[in-house]
Amino acid sequence: MTITDQEGGRKAGHLAAEYALADSDLHAMYRTMALARALDERMWVLNRSGRAPFVISGQGHEGAQVGIAWPLRRDHDWVAPYYRSIATCLVVGMTPRDLMLAQFARASDPSSGGRQMPGHYGHPGHHVVSVSSPVATQILHAAGIALASRVRGLDQVAMAIMGEGSSNQGDVHEALNFAAIHRLPMVLVIENNGYAISVPAAKELAVQDVADRASGYGIPGVVVDGTDVLACYAASREAVDRARRGEGPTLIEAKVTRLTGHSSDDQQSKYRSASELAEGLTRDPLPIFRARLREAGVLDDEAEAALAADVSAAVEDATAFAEAAPDPEPAGALDHVFGDAAAGEPHPPWHPAPGGGPG
Amino acid sequence: MAVRTFIEAVREAMAQEMRRDASVIVLGEDVGKKGGVFLATDGLWAEFGDDRVIDTPLTESMIVGTSIGAALNGLRPIAEIQFADFIFPAFNQLVSEAARMRYRTMGASSVPMVVRAPYGGGVHGAMYHSQSIEAFFTHVPGLKTVVPSTPYDAKGLLVASIRDEDPVLFLEHKKLYRSVRGDVPGREYTVPIGRAVVRRPGSRLTVVAYGLMVHYALEAAERVADEGIDCEVIDLRTLRPLDRETLLGSVRKTGKCLVAYEDNRFGGYGAEIAAIVAEEAFDYLDGPVSRIAGPDSPAMPYNHILEDWFMLNPAKIADAIRKLAAY
Repeated sequence: MTITDQEGGRKAGHLAAEYALADSDLHAMYRTMALARALDERMWVLNRSGRAPFVISGQGHEGAQVGIAWPLRRDHDWVAPYYRSIATCLVVGMTPRDLMLAQFARASDPSSGGRQMPGHYGHPGHHVVSVSSPVATQILHAAGIALASRVRGLDQVAMAIMGEGSSNQGDVHEALNFAAIHRLPMVLVIENNGYAISVPAAKELAVQDVADRASGYGIPGVVVDGTDVLACYAASREAVDRARRGEGPTLIEAKVTRLTGHSSDDQQSKYRSASELAEGLTRDPLPIFRARLREAGVLDDEAEAALAADVSAAVEDATAFAEAAPDPEPAGALDHVFGDAAAGEPHPPWHPAPGGGPG
Repeated sequence: MAVRTFIEAVREAMAQEMRRDASVIVLGEDVGKKGGVFLATDGLWAEFGDDRVIDTPLTESMIVGTSIGAALNGLRPIAEIQFADFIFPAFNQLVSEAARMRYRTMGASSVPMVVRAPYGGGVHGAMYHSQSIEAFFTHVPGLKTVVPSTPYDAKGLLVASIRDEDPVLFLEHKKLYRSVRGDVPGREYTVPIGRAVVRRPGSRLTVVAYGLMVHYALEAAERVADEGIDCEVIDLRTLRPLDRETLLGSVRKTGKCLVAYEDNRFGGYGAEIAAIVAEEAFDYLDGPVSRIAGPDSPAMPYNHILEDWFMLNPAKIADAIRKLAAY
């Protein structure tokens, strides 16, 4: 952030300018990645110390997530993310407190009021579609959102995001076919980390790249290196612009690495070799982007120290805030089944009615 | 007031709502130029165009899933599943997504969407064009299930469903489409979701029905009336949320309850009605809560003799009434 010498200034300006970004964008992108990682790591600490029963992680995906979500217009375009989309959700406006409230399943968790597992984020205000656990369903929601954008004469783009494992679901075929026929303003992002829980890509896909399938729908399919944040940004910007121009959907496949097990209930050393895991560490997008920014003069020691303090404070604040927040009450557990209270069926006698009285 | 067939009433409801509200769209297989395989959407494409009347590929999960997304972004989609039998590829979208969206977002998101599905047998539709599917979906909190039996209700309930803030599965019995006529006001009106109606008042026994079975139950009630059995016939109209008041009020009056449903019997929707009556009106009963329903074959066979064997009819319902009345 702090450019101290003229040469560094030129270099930094040069890197940002290559992508029509400002240095402040590059810094903010890196900060978001670092924040996502720090929050994610804290969630694992909470899990391993018995304070949160479950974690599902985005570690290794942050570079692709930040680069790809960056071209979206906040609170205007939509994302239909998945359970690894921690950095994506930060980019589009969710806060560390929002994410930690979900981790602790508190009453004030804006994603689901503690009703869903952690990682199942959602925020209608920021146009984040609520994540569910059956995979790939969200691509159809994105197609419908894009259809509504078209019918309503808006210029919103809908971005669906999932892993390569999810990409095999039938809903993906149905959605891409429909979106392509109608040239809907949609982008499908596949974060390919090479594993569907324990099953390697070779047993999930008969092709090397999920993006190859795009040609079957008559749409562009792009492969990007998920450790190259700016390449991800450039690919996404092109896809988002294309969608907004009415030229239809694009499939972007970002090759990423999964640095953790599938979830806190998975031990990936059972099915991945030590050498493979070590190789994965070399594809961590954080040190790669950091080195690039330092080389370009966008980051220096002073800026990094400030950023580290800032991220650490945000994680501490979110954790303390969420841990202290109240749990939901059983009395409210039958709220929001239907919109109109009159439609509600009587509480069965074995459940407490709201207010704790007999049903 | 004009006399309309059931399907004309369905069509009129959609056309009027589309004129009134630009956010209402229709999507499904063959719903465009052709106007749907039953002609429920006939004329809508010509009036409202490609953007609002969308012919889809043969992809039921997409029809429902895309409707969910469109509903999240400000539209009120009416999705047509060509035959209820083909809804199962969309089961996940309906059950895991549409029904849970409001609940899992603490009311912040909702899915105002109608899924219309022609159901039911007796039309030579065989195993895959005859099914009753309500039991799969009435089990699911967060989904409303509506089954009209008259043209008046078909229009009023469909308008109410389109205006509802929650996903509604709207089941139309195929055999009613052109066999039933009735007065349907040309004006806009709604019939409230969640209200049953007494179609025939009576004192000795309550028959609970919905869809085509309402008509068969009424015929059966006439047959046994000559024998001195005075039946009350309840048309549920909405299966969920259920109008317990009308149901239990009737059974508390008559003391006997027969549930007639076309679906196969085991675990059918009528089983839930029977359980509710047994639990909540036990003190008033003077006979076993009974069910008359389809046999437990995996689906309705095609051959007309076998189809007749499967289908309920007024005679079968009348027999069940006599048996219960004699208890």
